[in-house]
Amino acid sequence: MTTTAPLVVGAQAEPRQFGPLTTQMFVRYSGASGDLNPMHYDDVLARAAGNPSVFSQGMHQSALLATFATDWLGARNVRRFGVRFREQVWPGDILTCTGEITGIDTAPDGTKVATVALTCTRQTGGIAISGTAEFGVTDA
Amino acid sequence: MTIPSTEPAPKGAVSQEWEMFVERGKIREFATAMQSDNPDYAGADAIVPPTFLITAAQWAPPGVRLTLGFERKRLLHGEQEYIFHGALPTAGDRLLARERVVDRFEKPGKKGGLMRFAVIATEFHSPEGELIAEARGTFIETAAKEGAK
Repeated sequence: MTTTAPLVVGAQAEPRQFGPLTTQMFVRYSGASGDLNPMHYDDVLARAAGNPSVFSQGMHQSALLATFATDWLGARNVRRFGVRFREQVWPGDILTCTGEITGIDTAPDGTKVATVALTCTRQTGGIAISGTAEFGVTDA
Repeated sequence: MTIPSTEPAPKGAVSQEWEMFVERGKIREFATAMQSDNPDYAGADAIVPPTFLITAAQWAPPGVRLTLGFERKRLLHGEQEYIFHGALPTAGDRLLARERVVDRFEKPGKKGGLMRFAVIATEFHSPEGELIAEARGTFIETAAKEGAK
C-alpha cells in the first residue's frame, strides 16, 4: 500500500502486520535466500541446540520490513536499507512494521532523499529488528 | 592480492571475484517469501528487492569467499546493510561480486573475555566495472565462557 500522505519529516506510514508467522514461511525464505541453517526449519536440531523451537531468520524479518518500506516509498527509489538484529522471532509471532521520515535532504546530484526509521516489533512489544533506509523522492 | 580462503582474512583483504546472474524467477521466489505482490518485483524487467543480494552467496564457487575465522557457535549476525549506487539490479543483469574486510575490531565482553567484530562488504560491479551495489554485514563473535576453550 502506498501512502498518499505528504513526505515531510515526521510523516509516518500506515503500520502493517505480518503473521502469525509459520515455519512454512521460514522454509520459504530459506529456499529463496539460500540460507539453509537448520535452526530455521529442523525442530529436532533447534531444540537440541537449546531453543524452544525453530525460529525466523533475521534476514526474513528484514525482507518483510523491506516489503513494508518499498510499498510505502517505492521499490525503485531505494538507495540504502540497513537493519540491526535485536530479538528472536518465533512461529506464531505477529510482527508490526512501522516507519517514520526522519530527514529529507538534497543529494549531491540535486535529487531529494528521504531518510526513514523503520521498526519491526513483536506482539510482545519487543523489537525484533530496527532499521534505517534512504529513498529518493520526487517531491517533498 | 587475494587471500587464501582457509586463513582468517585481515582488514583490507579482498576475495576472488565471482559471477552472479540476477534471475527473474529468483526475484519472484524472493518476493513471495517476503510476502510482496509489488509489481516492480515481477515481469521481465523485475528489479531486486532491497535484501535480495543475500542470494549472491549461492553463486560463489567453493573457496572463493573470505574466511571470517570466528567460532560458529559464538557467531552472531549483528547488522546488515544494502547500498545502491544507481538504478537497481534488474532481471537479466550479470554482476561481479567480491568480498572485502572493511573492519575488524575487538571489545571487552560484559562478562569478561573478548568480543570480536568483523564488517564484511560484498561489492557488486557491472561487467564494465561500475560499482552497482554494496552489502555490508557486521558479524560478532561473542566472548568465550570462562574456562572454556
